[in-house]
Amino acid sequence: MSAVNIPPQFEIVDRPLDTQMTISMGPQHPSTHGVLRLELVLDGEMVVKSTPDIGYLHTGMEKLFEYKKYQQGIVITDRMDYLNPLGNNLAYVMAVEKLLELEIPERAQTIRVLMCELQRIASHLVWLATHALDIGAMTVFFYCFREREKILNLIEAASGGRLTPSYFRIGGLMMDLPSGFERRVQQFQDGFLKSVEEFHTLLTGNRIFQKRTQGVGVITAEDAIDWGLSGPCLRGSGVNLDIRRANPYTGYENYDFDVPTETDCDVWARYLVRMRELKESHKIVAQALGRLKPGPVKADDPKVVLPDREAMKTHMDALIHHFLIVAEGFDVPKGEVYHPIEASKGELGVYVKSDGGPKPARVHFRGPSFVNLSALPHMSEGAMVADIVAIIGSLDIVLGEIDR
Amino acid sequence: MATGENNETSLPAPTTNSDQKSTPSQLVTALQREHGPWITEVIEAHGEITAIVPALHIVDVCSALKTGADARFDFLADLCGADRGVEEEPRFEVNYHLFSTTKHHRLRLKVLLDEANVHVPTVTGVWRTANWHERETFDLFGVVFDGHPDLRRILLPDDWQGYSLRKDFPLRGYEPYSLK
Repeated sequence: MSAVNIPPQFEIVDRPLDTQMTISMGPQHPSTHGVLRLELVLDGEMVVKSTPDIGYLHTGMEKLFEYKKYQQGIVITDRMDYLNPLGNNLAYVMAVEKLLELEIPERAQTIRVLMCELQRIASHLVWLATHALDIGAMTVFFYCFREREKILNLIEAASGGRLTPSYFRIGGLMMDLPSGFERRVQQFQDGFLKSVEEFHTLLTGNRIFQKRTQGVGVITAEDAIDWGLSGPCLRGSGVNLDIRRANPYTGYENYDFDVPTETDCDVWARYLVRMRELKESHKIVAQALGRLKPGPVKADDPKVVLPDREAMKTHMDALIHHFLIVAEGFDVPKGEVYHPIEASKGELGVYVKSDGGPKPARVHFRGPSFVNLSALPHMSEGAMVADIVAIIGSLDIVLGEIDR
Repeated sequence: MATGENNETSLPAPTTNSDQKSTPSQLVTALQREHGPWITEVIEAHGEITAIVPALHIVDVCSALKTGADARFDFLADLCGADRGVEEEPRFEVNYHLFSTTKHHRLRLKVLLDEANVHVPTVTGVWRTANWHERETFDLFGVVFDGHPDLRRILLPDDWQGYSLRKDFPLRGYEPYSLK
């Protein structure tokens, strides 16, 4: 008898007669991308059963929303999918705007598209860096983080925050872009396509990388839809579905871009889809840059949108509105909405329910990582232990969003 | 890409595509006409359609909407619970957000539950993705999904007491939690 009482589900059982073994992978395993624990039943090196165990990062964010005013909730969204905070901001803000029936000025919408696509590139770069690192290609990491640093600097220039921008506000933006921002984006744009070619040189032709990814973690289109996969994971199974095309929002219907799909249904296909998406996002950023015209970046609704600093110094009513919004918040009419957007990892849906008053009655985030991870057992059973690492990498999960 | 077009269409298009032959609201009314007790009420607000479904019929309605030739709701986008308030009766609701990967329309089904009977049949047989969503709703609201293959807590520890997203659960919990 051991001195420590280990609960049965944590016990490592070694049965030499039938060679099956249960091991716990994670939560501190580096390639589980955070704090994911997998309970693996192994037969030799083959995975017989895998059971994800999540919740290590659960902080009750959805509960917290109910105790915060609508505008304070934006800050919480930054901390969910911390690789794609602007996407989270957008989904939440647009859901509340739908309840308020606000009209967003065109410049604000264009900037939203511009920033979201830059953020998508940054998110995909972290995926590429860590995915390659997991499989053993270390060099890619440095190249990806070099490019990502440029985007984070841009986001910091616009919002003041690198990982937690809270740049989109209910009714528009926090503030207009700083002067010279377009030039800095253009500088990034000019060098980026060359960097993508560099990534391809490092990885795509690599025989080891191909062998590790091709035919691994296969999920057919039918199963992918049944399991609710979305984003690049679904498109890697040959389903041409992108919320930016299917249910366009914030003006995406006016942009010219392709929706990359691959039909191999494996880790390799999901890799190719994301690599092509880097170029598509680059294309959208270029179009958005060309469309930036001077104009307001906040909706015309003084009861909801904070007034400009200058107006507060000269207009009494602006000062009163500012005080009321900050101190008491604004009332949102009774109702409920579900607003989906295409985040970097898939369909990010926000369900907001209002009973009137300045605080929401219920906020729920349908995180793409949460749903994509739930299909992991389906993809990984029958695979080798080393393939699990490749499959988790190809799902591009962020535990902050899964556990909320 | 001509940039002159976007001035006219700067607002996002509504999420439901109205030029299709059968919009979600038509589909739901057709289903209501065919099977009266399946759908008790249809609400249209903010460009979204909500159908109130009795817990007893939720699996039938979901299957019909998934396989129907015009509906094709093959994708369960989201499933989440909500607490309407401690004094409200029925107190709980379960929201099903349906999506069609081919028709691109959306629909919300809503099941209302009394506090005394928080049981609803599982839809894991219709969409496998419902598995984790239902576990989450069970974990945070205590709604029991009858027939679920693996109804355990998912986000909170197995020995957690109470259901944290209920309105009567305090924000900071009852006592500091520690692993035993």
